[in-house]
Amino acid sequence: MTILVYAVVAWVFGIGIYGAIVSRNLIHLALCLTVTQSSTYILLLTLGYKRGATAPIFKDVKLGTAAVDPVVQSLTLTDVVVSVTVIALILALALDVHRQSGSVDPDEISTLNG
Amino acid sequence: MSGRQRVRAWIAAPVLGLFAALLGWGFSGAPAFGAFHGAYGELLNRIAVPQRHSTNVVTAIVFDYRGFDTMGEEFILFASVVGVVLLLREMREPAGDQDDPVTSDAIRLFGLVMMSVVVVAGLWVAAFGLVTPGGGFQGGVAIAGGIVLVFLAAGYRPWTRFGSQHLLDPLEGGGAAAYVALGLAALIAGAPFLHNLLGLGVTGTLKSGGSMTLLNWAVALEVAAANLVLYTEFLESYLVPHLSRR
Amino acid sequence: MVALCLDPLRQIFLSGVYGLLLVLLFVILQAPDVALSMLVVSTVAYPLIVLIAISRTRRERGKE
Repeated sequence: MTILVYAVVAWVFGIGIYGAIVSRNLIHLALCLTVTQSSTYILLLTLGYKRGATAPIFKDVKLGTAAVDPVVQSLTLTDVVVSVTVIALILALALDVHRQSGSVDPDEISTLNG
Repeated sequence: MSGRQRVRAWIAAPVLGLFAALLGWGFSGAPAFGAFHGAYGELLNRIAVPQRHSTNVVTAIVFDYRGFDTMGEEFILFASVVGVVLLLREMREPAGDQDDPVTSDAIRLFGLVMMSVVVVAGLWVAAFGLVTPGGGFQGGVAIAGGIVLVFLAAGYRPWTRFGSQHLLDPLEGGGAAAYVALGLAALIAGAPFLHNLLGLGVTGTLKSGGSMTLLNWAVALEVAAANLVLYTEFLESYLVPHLSRR
Repeated sequence: MVALCLDPLRQIFLSGVYGLLLVLLFVILQAPDVALSMLVVSTVAYPLIVLIAISRTRRERGKE
C-alpha cells in the first residue's frame, strides 16, 4: 500500500514534468505545472494520514480521539489558494509573450528578439 | 519531436534521473502509509482546543501557531497579483461606452439568486473557519466566484461597478495591511508579533479564538479582493477588444 | 492524463475532472479544509482564468 501511494505521487509528478517538456502551447504548459503541484499536495497529505483516524476538527467530537496530522493540512490549504495567483501570473506572462510575438508555441518563440 | 524539444528532453533526462534517485532514497526512509508518528501534529491535536478555543485545529495552525507563515503566503498572493496587474493593465484599450446587456430576464434573475447564494455561502465558510472546516482562504475564493456571476448573468455594465480598480485595489491592499497591522498592534502592546490580543472567547461559537478571528477576516478580504482583481484584469483584457468589434 | 492532452480547451475540462478527483481523495484522507479549498479553486478560479487566456490567444491568432 505504501509503495502504491509513493508510486502514484512519483507518476503524477513525472507526467506533469513530461507534459511541460513536450508542450507546444504555453497555456498547456501552465496546466502541466498545476498537475505537478498537485502531486506535492498528495504527498503531503498522505504523509499525515493515520489509519482509522478522523479529521482534525473537534466540534462535537470528544477531545482525544485520534485525528490525522493538522500541520501538513495547513501547509497544503494555503498553497492551493495561493497557487491560483501564481498560475495566473504565468498565464499573464504567456499572454504578454503572445502579444509580442504572435504565437504561444515555445518552440517558435525565439528569445531576446521581441 | 522537433529539434528544440529534443534538446530539452536531453537536458531534462539526467536531471530527472537524479531526482528520481533522490526520491527513491527519501521514500525508502519515509513511514508506511497510515502510520503517522509526528510528535508535533499529535501534540497540537490534543492541546489546540483548550489552548486556543478553536475547534478547527487546521485553522488554528494557519492563523495562530503558524501565523507568520500565513503572512508570507499572503504576500506571495499580493506580489503575484501585482505582477498580473502590471502585465495586463497596459494591454487594455480605453473602455469607452460599450454595453453588453444580457437581455433575458430569466438569466438575470437566476444569476441574482445564484450570486446571493454563493456569496452568502462563501461568507459562511469564511466566518465559521474556526469552528468547522473552512476559513478565510476558502471563503475568499468562493465570494469572488459569486461576484463574478454578476458579469456572467447581467452583462458588462453592472460588472464594471464591482470590478473597478478603484474599488478593488484598496480592498486588497487593505486586507494585507490589516493582517500586518494586527501583528504590529500586538507588538506595540508589548507582546510578541501576532500575539493574541483579545480574549479567547467561547469554543465552538463565532467568537472563539481572539485575534485569530480578525486575522481570518483579513485573509478572507484579501483573498476575495485578489481573486476579483485577477478576474477583472483577465476579463478586461479580453472584453474590450471583443466589444469594440461589434 | 491531464498533461498528455495537448489541446488547452479540452485540457481545462480534464483538469476540472482531475480537480474533483483530488477533492474526493482529500476527503478520503480526512482533510476537509484542503478538500474545500481545492473544490473552490478547481471549479471556479482555474477555469475562469484559463478560458479567458485561451480565447484571447485564439482570437488574436485568427485575426491574422
